[in-house]
Amino acid sequence: MDLAELLAIRQKERDRQKSTRIHCCTAAGCLSSGSAAVKAQLEAAVDAEGLGASTEVCSVGCMRFCGRGPLVEVVSREGDREPILYEQVTTADAASIVKALKGGEATAPLGDRNHPFFARQFPIVLENSGKIDPERIEEYIAVGGYQQLYRVLYEYDPAEVVDEITRSGLRGRGGGGYPTGLKWATVAKMPAGQKYVICNADEGDPGAFMDRSVLESDPHRVLEGMAIAGYAIGANHGFIYVRAEYPLAIRHLQKAIQQAKRYSLLGSQIFGSPFDFKIDIRVGAGAFVCGEETALIASVEGRRGNPRPRPPYPAESGLWGCPTLINNVETLANIPAIIREGAEWYAKIGTEKSKGTKVFALTGKVRNTGLIEVPMGTTLRQIVEEMGGGVATAGGVKAVQTGGPSGGCIPASALDTSVDYESLTQLGSIMGSGGMIVMDNETNMVDVARFYMEFCRGESCGKCIPCRAGTVQLYQMLTKILNREASEGDLERLEALCYMVRDTSLCGLGMTAPNPVLSTLRYFRQEYEELLQPATGKR
Amino acid sequence: MSVRTLRINGIDVAVESGTSILAAAKQAGITIPTLCHLDGVSDVGACRLCLVEIQGSNKLLPACVTEVAEGMDIQTETPKLQEYRRMTVELLFSEGNHVCAVCVANGNCELQDMAIAVGMDHTRFPYRFPDRDLDVSHPQFGIDHNRCIFCTRCMRVCDEIEGAHVWDVAQRGAAVRMITGLNQPWGEVEACTSCGKCVEACPTGAIFRQGSTVAEMQRDRSTLEFLVTAREKKEWTR
Amino acid sequence: MDKIKLATIWLGGCSGCHMSFLDLDEWLFDLAAQVDLVFSPIADIKTYPEGVDICLVEGSIANEDNLELVRQARARTKVLISFGDCAVTANVPAMRNPLGSAKPVLERCYLELGDVQTQIPHEPGIVPPLLDRVRPVHELVPVDAYLPGCPPPADRIRTFLEMALRGEPLHLKGREMLKFG
Repeated sequence: MDLAELLAIRQKERDRQKSTRIHCCTAAGCLSSGSAAVKAQLEAAVDAEGLGASTEVCSVGCMRFCGRGPLVEVVSREGDREPILYEQVTTADAASIVKALKGGEATAPLGDRNHPFFARQFPIVLENSGKIDPERIEEYIAVGGYQQLYRVLYEYDPAEVVDEITRSGLRGRGGGGYPTGLKWATVAKMPAGQKYVICNADEGDPGAFMDRSVLESDPHRVLEGMAIAGYAIGANHGFIYVRAEYPLAIRHLQKAIQQAKRYSLLGSQIFGSPFDFKIDIRVGAGAFVCGEETALIASVEGRRGNPRPRPPYPAESGLWGCPTLINNVETLANIPAIIREGAEWYAKIGTEKSKGTKVFALTGKVRNTGLIEVPMGTTLRQIVEEMGGGVATAGGVKAVQTGGPSGGCIPASALDTSVDYESLTQLGSIMGSGGMIVMDNETNMVDVARFYMEFCRGESCGKCIPCRAGTVQLYQMLTKILNREASEGDLERLEALCYMVRDTSLCGLGMTAPNPVLSTLRYFRQEYEELLQPATGKR
Repeated sequence: MSVRTLRINGIDVAVESGTSILAAAKQAGITIPTLCHLDGVSDVGACRLCLVEIQGSNKLLPACVTEVAEGMDIQTETPKLQEYRRMTVELLFSEGNHVCAVCVANGNCELQDMAIAVGMDHTRFPYRFPDRDLDVSHPQFGIDHNRCIFCTRCMRVCDEIEGAHVWDVAQRGAAVRMITGLNQPWGEVEACTSCGKCVEACPTGAIFRQGSTVAEMQRDRSTLEFLVTAREKKEWTR
Repeated sequence: MDKIKLATIWLGGCSGCHMSFLDLDEWLFDLAAQVDLVFSPIADIKTYPEGVDICLVEGSIANEDNLELVRQARARTKVLISFGDCAVTANVPAMRNPLGSAKPVLERCYLELGDVQTQIPHEPGIVPPLLDRVRPVHELVPVDAYLPGCPPPADRIRTFLEMALRGEPLHLKGREMLKFG
C-alpha cells in the first residue's frame, strides 16, 4: 500500500457510491428501536420503485438524536440537494420515504438539522458518524481516512507528532483531563524497546455511551489514532480493551482491524515505511474497575482486574512492565483530525485550558436525548435547555449529573457554568467521560446518591478496605436516611466516612465513589435533613 | 549505594535509595501500622493503614509502596491519619464476623492488636454479619472465612515463597473471598504442599492449625523470616 | 451528698461480665461505700428506678425483653456503659445473625437438632420472642462509654469504675484496658 493506492481506493469508492444514499442508522441506539427492519424495508422499497441504479441504502453509525430513533437520512452524493432527515421511522414509513424521492410526501416525521440539538454541535470526533458505513473501510478511506497516518509516517518524525498533539492542547477524554501530549511525551522518552498503546474502551458509567457510539460508527478513526500514537511513542503493538457488553462495537472493531490488515494499513511496514503496528482486541468481562488503567493492564495481561498503587505509572511500567500509553477512545479519535487540520486549528476551539470539543451522552429527563459533540466552554444551560430542550415536568431542571459514579450533581443554579475541566471540578463534579444525566424536580437527590453508591459498592474490586467496606456502609447509611430511620449523628458519620473513603482508597474508583454523595450534600443538604429523625433516648 | 536523607515525625533518617517509607520508619524506630505488609513478600498497598502525610503532597501515600525521596518530610501520626486508621479498623471489624472470644488467635492476632493500637473501643459502623463458611477439608489446616480480612498475605507467601499459588481471590466488592485452587475445598487442591506458610502469614485466626482451640494459636513469624532470608544469609539449618 | 446510684443489667450474654464484676472481691466493699446499687441481677429489685447515675449493661440485645429493658435503662440513666464484648460487639450471641433471622435459628435449634417431641417454644408473656438480629447496645440506644473484654478482667472493671466515680472522661487506652476477647 502506498499513497497512490490509497487515493485510488478513495476514488473508486467515490465512484461506486450512488448519487442518492439513504442513510439508515444501525448503531446500537437505533438498532434497539428497530432500525434493522426499517433498513430491510427501505431496501425492498428501492427495488420495488426501480431506483436501484441511482439509490442505495447504507448502514451508517450514530446520527446522534438517539431519542428520536430510528433515524433515516436521504443525502445526495453531489450535495446538490439538502439532506432530508426522518425521525422515528417505522417499517410502515419506509416505502413512503423511498417514494418521496420521486415526489410526494413521506409519512415519517421530518427531522430538523437546524434544530439547536444539531446546530450547536461541532463534530470532530463524530464527523463521520452517521455518514459512513462503519463496516466498510473503503467508506472511511473515501472521506480521507488513513491519509493522516500516511502523512505522519512520511512528513513527521515521532517527536514532531508528539509536539503537534501537545500544542493542540488535547486533554484526556476518559475523565482525568491529563494533557495528552505530555502523556505521549513521557512514554516516547522512555528508552527504546517494547512499548504498547492501549485504547481504553471500557466505558462503564451508567448513562454513558459516547465511546460505544464512536466505536460502532467510526472504528477506523480509532485505529488510525492508535497507529499514529504508536508511531509517535515508538510502540509496535496496540490493544483495545473493550467491554463485552458492547458486542456491536466489538464486531465493528474486529471487522475494521481485519480490513485494515488486508489493506496493509496495520501490520508490518505500513505504507512501505519501517513502522510496524498491530492491534489486538481484549474483551473485558464487565468489571467497571477495569476502566482504571492499572486494573485494565492487569486484565489485559490475563490477571485479575485489580488496580495497583501508582507510581510506577503505566507510562513507565505498564503492560508486562513495558512503557505503555493508555488513552481513551475519544482521545484517540481526535488524533486524525488534529493531524489533518493542525494543532493551531484545534487549539482555537474551546476554552483557554480545555481545548477542542467534548462528546456527551445527554440523557435523563431532558426532552432531546442523544449524543452531542460541543466545543468546550459551551454552557450547561445551552446544552440542557437549548439543545436538550429542558425537561417536560413542572419546575424545570433540578440538577445535571456529570461524570457518572465518580462525578457529581450540579444544581440548576449553576447551569451557566461553562463546560470545561476546571469549572466542573470547582462545582464538585468532574467532566468525566461524558455522561450527562438531567434531573427534574421530581428527582430525590438522596436516592440519586444512593443509586451511584450501590453501583460503586457492586463494582469495587474489594482489594482495599475503604472502598470495599466503606461503600457498603455508605450505601447502608443512605438507605437508613431514605427509610427515615437516621438522625443527625448518622448524617455526620456519612460525611466523615465519605472523606475517609475519598482520601484513603487505593484507586480512582474508591477515591471518587463518595462524590455523588458529597456533591448532593453540598447543594441539596436540605433534602437529607428533611429525612432525618430526632435522635431517640438521651445521651 | 546512594543515600537519601529525610525526616519522619521530625526525626532525621538516612536510608538507602529505593527503601520504602515503611522500612525507613522502622530503621528510625517508628512503627507505622499495617496489616497487609509482610516482610519478604511483595507489597500491595491494600490495607491503607500505613498511609502517611508527606509535606507538599495533598494525597495520603501508602508507606509500604512509596519509596523515600531526598528531603521528604513525613508525618505518620497526625490526628487525621489516626482518625482514618481507626475508621479503617472499624470497617474491618464490621464487615466480617470477628468474635475474639471464640477465636484461636485471641491474644495473638494482628487485627486485635490493631484495634488496641488505634484505640477502638467499639465500632461506629453497624456490623454486617455476613454469611461466610469454614473449610476444614485440609488434613492439617483450616480456613474460617468469617475472620478473613483479605490482606492476601497467604496468597503472596504461597505464590512468592512456596511457589505453589494455592490461594487466590474470587468475586469482588463485599462478596470478595479467598479461594484455594480453582475454588475447590482446600483438601482437594493437589498443588498445596501443606507447608503451613499461609498459617504463619495470616494476621488473624482465619487460617489456623486444626486442633488448636481458643487463644491457643501461636505463630512463629521467624519461620517465615528464615525462609525469606536463609539463602542470602547462608543459614542452611535452623 | 447523695451516693452515686449504680445499676447493672444483664441482657443477651452469659453473665460472665457479672461474674468478673464479683471477682472484684474486697474492693466491692470500697465500691459499696461510694455507691448505692439500685438495680442488678445480683440484687432483688423488681423495677429499674429513675435517676440512675451509672449503668453497666452486660449482653447484647437479642430479644424483646432485652430491648425493652435497655430502652428503659437508657431513659432513666445518666451514663450508660456497654459492659463487655456482648454489649459492645454483640459477640457470641450474634453468631446466629448470619443465619438471617430468628426463624431459622429456632428451627435449627429446636427442630433439626431436637431429640424428642421437637417444638419451638412459644409462651407469650413468659418466653420473650427473639429479635431477628442480635445487636450491640449502641446500635439501638445511645451509649456513653465502652468497656470491652470477654469478660473484662476484674482489674479493668475496677480501673474503669474508679475513672467513672471520679467523673473522668471514659476513653480507654492500651492493651490492659481495651483488648477484645
